Amino acid sequence: MTRESQTIAVIGGGPAGLEASAKLTGLGYNVFILEKNTEVGGHLLDWDRLFPDQQNASEVLDAIKAGLNENTQILTGAEVVEISENHRFDIKLAGSPQKITADAILVATGFDVFDARKKEEYGYGIYDHVITSAELETYFKNKKEILKRNGSPVKRIAFIHCVGSRDEKAGVRHCSRVCCVTAVKQAIEVKELYPDVEVYLFYMDLRMFGLGYEELYKEAQEIYNIRFIRGRLSESFENQDGTIMVKVEDTLAGKPMRINVDLMVLMVGILASSGTSEMGSKMGIGINSNGFLKPVNSHFSSQISNRAGVFLAGTCKSPKNIEETLSDARAAAVLIDNYLKAKIT
Amino acid sequence: MINFGYTSNKDRQIVFDENDRSVYQILQSKEPSVDICIQCGTCSSTCTTGQFTQFSLRQIIVNIHRGEMDFINEDIRKCMFCGKCQLVCPRSVNTRNIIQVLITILN
Repeated sequence: MTRESQTIAVIGGGPAGLEASAKLTGLGYNVFILEKNTEVGGHLLDWDRLFPDQQNASEVLDAIKAGLNENTQILTGAEVVEISENHRFDIKLAGSPQKITADAILVATGFDVFDARKKEEYGYGIYDHVITSAELETYFKNKKEILKRNGSPVKRIAFIHCVGSRDEKAGVRHCSRVCCVTAVKQAIEVKELYPDVEVYLFYMDLRMFGLGYEELYKEAQEIYNIRFIRGRLSESFENQDGTIMVKVEDTLAGKPMRINVDLMVLMVGILASSGTSEMGSKMGIGINSNGFLKPVNSHFSSQISNRAGVFLAGTCKSPKNIEETLSDARAAAVLIDNYLKAKIT
Repeated sequence: MINFGYTSNKDRQIVFDENDRSVYQILQSKEPSVDICIQCGTCSSTCTTGQFTQFSLRQIIVNIHRGEMDFINEDIRKCMFCGKCQLVCPRSVNTRNIIQVLITILN
């Protein structure tokens, strides 16, 4: 058997699935990308620019897709209903008589953002002027003006960190990692568009873990006059004029604080996607207590699942930025190659 | 006023929109490095004055930004301008000049 005679099914056509597919097809394998949405690209499709260097998300997506060759078959609208194993994997898709037969499977089913309605006290879906970070990104992408409902300009915006992260009341214990720097990036983008808008970020900790992130934070303070207030939002109320009263403890001043804002942006956290949970339970892959898929060893085998022939890549395992997701996908491709090579000989 | 025999406490809340925050604006224009303070507290932990009094440059900066001006005028006069805070500041905030500018504004 040669690489050319072997097939890998990649479940999920986001950045991780696409990058791994590009590397695997580059090695000579045949790859089926099974994407349940109508288009591949995952969350990158909804994003305008990326931290920390403001690169266009579409450029990154194009660069990843450019790596795919004719050995790749992309099936969109493809929902996996059943996976059976008889030396090879047989994958049944919803509403299709076609069965995909594969020698290995890569799960790259990604994340969903936290449903902000669960934090009812933040007023998402109740008050007029509360949006999520994902929605703000579509404003940037579609060049939609940031205005109040009545069409008047927004004068003050609050970004609320850790919405659905580090919050056991919301059932989420983990840190979603990338929201801190996303808030800083988005705050800067708002100031670039509307220099007179006052921007406040309410945070518990600022976790600027990547190279260039801390620098971006300083730039936000120094050049854009963005203010960071340490305190977690406890509750918010809608005033009669549609503005929102935000209540936090200003923990660095040691006093309770209230401030009115025209718009609240909720930095929604990263959770294992519904597809990730579904694939995990369908294939009997270990799921950790945060709902993400669990590799056999998170240090030295972090792309290998507990089921032989099934590999894991990207944010189905934990919150990651694009760089980490792509590196992880490449690592998964190498490990799949090692696994299949052992089968060949 | 009728004396009911009890008093109520003053509201401790920072009411951001009602506070006069003009001192910070002047300070910001005269010493822009105040904006890059990350409230780490390195300055106040090394401060000799802070060891013996309530003086804390970190708290002064945050309170002035919020427009909480109680005790600020007294506190800033406790500084001895030794400059240790400036040596330790990880963001190179011009801490001594912040106090100097504040004294000028509040005089």
